[in-house]
Amino acid sequence: MAETIPAGSTTDGVIQVGQPTDARVSALASYDVADFPVPLGREEEWRFTPLERLRGLHDGTAVADGGVRVEVTAPEGVTVETVGRDDARLGKAGKPVDRVAAQAYSSFEKASIVSVPKETVLTEPVRIAVHGEGGTAFGHQVVEIGAFAEAVVVIDHTGDATVAANVEYLIGDGAKLTVVSVQDWDDTAVHAGQHTALVGRDATFKSVVVTFGGDLVRLHPRVVYGAPGGEAELYGLYFTDNGQHQEHRLFIDHDTPHCRSNVAYKGALQGAEAHAVWIGDVLIRAAAEGTDTYELNRNLVLTDGARVDSVPNLEIETGEIVGAGHASATGRFEDEQLFYLMARGIPADEARRLVVRGFFAELVQQIGIPELEERLIDKIEAELEASVG
Amino acid sequence: MATLEIHDLHVSVDAEGGPREILRGVDLTVKQGETHAIMGPNGSGKSTLAYSLAGHPKYTVTGGTVTLDGEDVLAMSVDERARAGVFLAMQYPVEVPGVSVSNFLRTSATAIRGEAPKLRTWVKEVKEAMERLHIDPSFAERNVNEGFSGGEKKRHEILQLELLKPAIAILDETDSGLDVDALRVVSEGVNRVRESGQVGTLLITHYTRILRYIKPDHVHVFAAGRIAESGGPELADKLEEEGYEEYVKGGASE
Repeated sequence: MAETIPAGSTTDGVIQVGQPTDARVSALASYDVADFPVPLGREEEWRFTPLERLRGLHDGTAVADGGVRVEVTAPEGVTVETVGRDDARLGKAGKPVDRVAAQAYSSFEKASIVSVPKETVLTEPVRIAVHGEGGTAFGHQVVEIGAFAEAVVVIDHTGDATVAANVEYLIGDGAKLTVVSVQDWDDTAVHAGQHTALVGRDATFKSVVVTFGGDLVRLHPRVVYGAPGGEAELYGLYFTDNGQHQEHRLFIDHDTPHCRSNVAYKGALQGAEAHAVWIGDVLIRAAAEGTDTYELNRNLVLTDGARVDSVPNLEIETGEIVGAGHASATGRFEDEQLFYLMARGIPADEARRLVVRGFFAELVQQIGIPELEERLIDKIEAELEASVG
Repeated sequence: MATLEIHDLHVSVDAEGGPREILRGVDLTVKQGETHAIMGPNGSGKSTLAYSLAGHPKYTVTGGTVTLDGEDVLAMSVDERARAGVFLAMQYPVEVPGVSVSNFLRTSATAIRGEAPKLRTWVKEVKEAMERLHIDPSFAERNVNEGFSGGEKKRHEILQLELLKPAIAILDETDSGLDVDALRVVSEGVNRVRESGQVGTLLITHYTRILRYIKPDHVHVFAAGRIAESGGPELADKLEEEGYEEYVKGGASE
């Protein structure tokens, strides 16, 4: 935007250098929901979230009634299993970090594991379709990619449901995993969960999180590195309409030397009660020499009243790094911009479309998956059609 | 032949303590092929006239009429005015991040012409127009006005003027902030459009400097929200020598 001043929003940036003071290092993490107190809303990690709209996922009152259908379509060579809670492959990427994620971990009955054997290069994506049928569900998904394997996994969330589900990505040495998680829920759905990637030696993880739907969506995309040389790219795109709460809380834990991370999330908001939250925590621990990290969040507020809370937070415990930076800005689609475009004959609705398309175009290209690009652009157009008119 | 007729135009803006009247009865007729220079001191309302004609929402028309070939311009939305043939080259063109110049120009030309220009001829048309204005081809891929220098912004405005070929072109202080070379390039652009005989030009300026490059048929002195005096090019010479003092004193009602 011409001006990057916060508009109807708060945009705080914090860079802390020095002692590991911090909340995130010592933050509670546990597989057991009982270890987490019920949030009241004042807690740092809950202060942006309307708890009353979580339908009891946070306080133990939500009861699973199996309202979600999951279908996995995988190309040959991929193993798809449904396993019990005692499977040794569960929980390897990391512990749940908030009460809802722990609730999901404590409550699921069966987990799904998708495995791509080592050195297997898939030419077709693995598709996981999660369709809500109006009920409440807890789930757990593991995606395991063997050494030097390459895979694209697309997880689609549609329909209406109240879901708390975690996903683990276990990426073997030298492997490449691209994951696209699309939250295209009905506007009545509630979806919370933690997506944690454990990135192996010299492995590459690319995550694309696309959130269009839901009454409330609250996701924790997280990355940890198991060995040096890992690379993570996290892209996100959200379009928050009137009445929607869409929250993305990222954490990149650089605890291993010579790893890279790059984060770019962009969101557009419109409608008086639209609320987007983006938290970008990056921690570079003392051991993580040679780290290279950058995170960016951009928001475009299209109408009055929409609210953005964007909080990048970078903590650095070693100076021996390649680079570390962050940027966060919230711009408003200004009346002056609208006037300028209209003064060149472009009708108001088309002017708005032009700006939103332009806003997302760069990110969509960066994602680098042609099939997805087309789908994203179509989806953005549809969102605009529906709401901008 | 397109004619813009402004009759007894009164315009206010919202200010602290209520609306403040800026234009106080402007009368002016601009015909296709004519060039009118509107000159006046700062704060006389020149830019308000420009923005009011284009339909900027900040300004409220409280009286008078504006017609283009008899059509009520004031009843039109901003984009409708542009499509009807009114073009405003802005003093402070707005940055539009995320929208490339090439995309913007094509979208605009499509809107103004009523159909998308044929790609092959369009690319050539834009390329040639950019060359004439000494605009680097890389500008096509840059975001509209983002990071442009003052001179680049003005050349970009005139590029649009050349491509959109309006019936009435309002140039709001297009000369401000330009060095002599840039002023010449921009003026040549304006003159190319004028030479077509298809455009009526309203050249709003504080200085007489641009009138050495763009010769007006009529010169109007603007003061205190209305036209204080009209004449031929010789009026500009008088202003060059004497300045606006006479008009500022005479019309000092603000």
